[in-house]
Amino acid sequence: MKQAPTHYCPGCGHGIVHRLICEVLDEMNLKEKTVAVAPVGCSVLAYDYWDFDTTEAAHGRTPAVATGIKRVLPDRLVFTYQGDGDLAAIGTAEIIHSGNRGENISTIFVNNGVYGMTGGQMAPTTLIGQVSTTTPGSRRADRDGYPLKIMEMMAVLPGVVYLERTTVTSPKEVTKTKNAIKRSFEIQLAEEGFSMVEVLSPCPTYWGLDPSQSMRRIENEVVKAFPLGVIKGGDHGP
Amino acid sequence: MPEKTSHRSGIKLDKERCKGCMLCVEVCQRKVLEPAKGVNKKGMGYVVVAAAGKCSGCGLCVMMCPDCGIEIS
Repeated sequence: MKQAPTHYCPGCGHGIVHRLICEVLDEMNLKEKTVAVAPVGCSVLAYDYWDFDTTEAAHGRTPAVATGIKRVLPDRLVFTYQGDGDLAAIGTAEIIHSGNRGENISTIFVNNGVYGMTGGQMAPTTLIGQVSTTTPGSRRADRDGYPLKIMEMMAVLPGVVYLERTTVTSPKEVTKTKNAIKRSFEIQLAEEGFSMVEVLSPCPTYWGLDPSQSMRRIENEVVKAFPLGVIKGGDHGP
Repeated sequence: MPEKTSHRSGIKLDKERCKGCMLCVEVCQRKVLEPAKGVNKKGMGYVVVAAAGKCSGCGLCVMMCPDCGIEIS
């Protein structure tokens, strides 16, 4: 990580996930071989905080840009870093087709259930009953549909080799997230195919909760809609 | 019985990086950290190391800090 303080709100999970990626790259001694692709969303400025090569893609198009980079530079570790508005809404086509092609890239998917950068609007991942600025009376399934489970959708694709959903609510879960990121990078280095780690992350600002309450909400509510664990590729040892 | 103390932990907290989310305060079992009364240069509430002598150096606060504001040497 660079010394620059982040622009994230107090208690935001992005800071933790940013740090974990840096820790894994340092431990694997991969910093000089890595190219990250940053999304549009709250983490659009990730390149200001990471001290390895990072580029920026149009909204939702990070897997397409990462595909190009990886095919031109197959010896690099290429990963995309995306939020749920980026990956599960405008970028649904890119992520599904990257997985379907079995692109040898990694994706870190940070899911906080809202569009944070633009003001807390409903995302496809917003829970039923959750209040957002575009669902002030809460999300209703009959009007707004259901929370989109990208990981479970991706699991049926043969090109996808590893999917794990984790969270950052406690030191134990932070450690699991770090291990999952590491495993995803190892799978890419072994040229096995597409892998993705979804991190359930808090957005205290737009959930209207303090950081501690946000962590409890993930533990008590969000994990019921988005169950934690390895969704595909459990046989890939650490 | 006096509480066990450890001097092997050199815990440092950068108050200018801190945004006062309190995740470190919540996770610390030994109550080493506590909220400060004022604000930092950014106008954010922040956390101070109130009892460095009680710190065991477990690093749970470092793991939970979203702002890389805590260092244990």
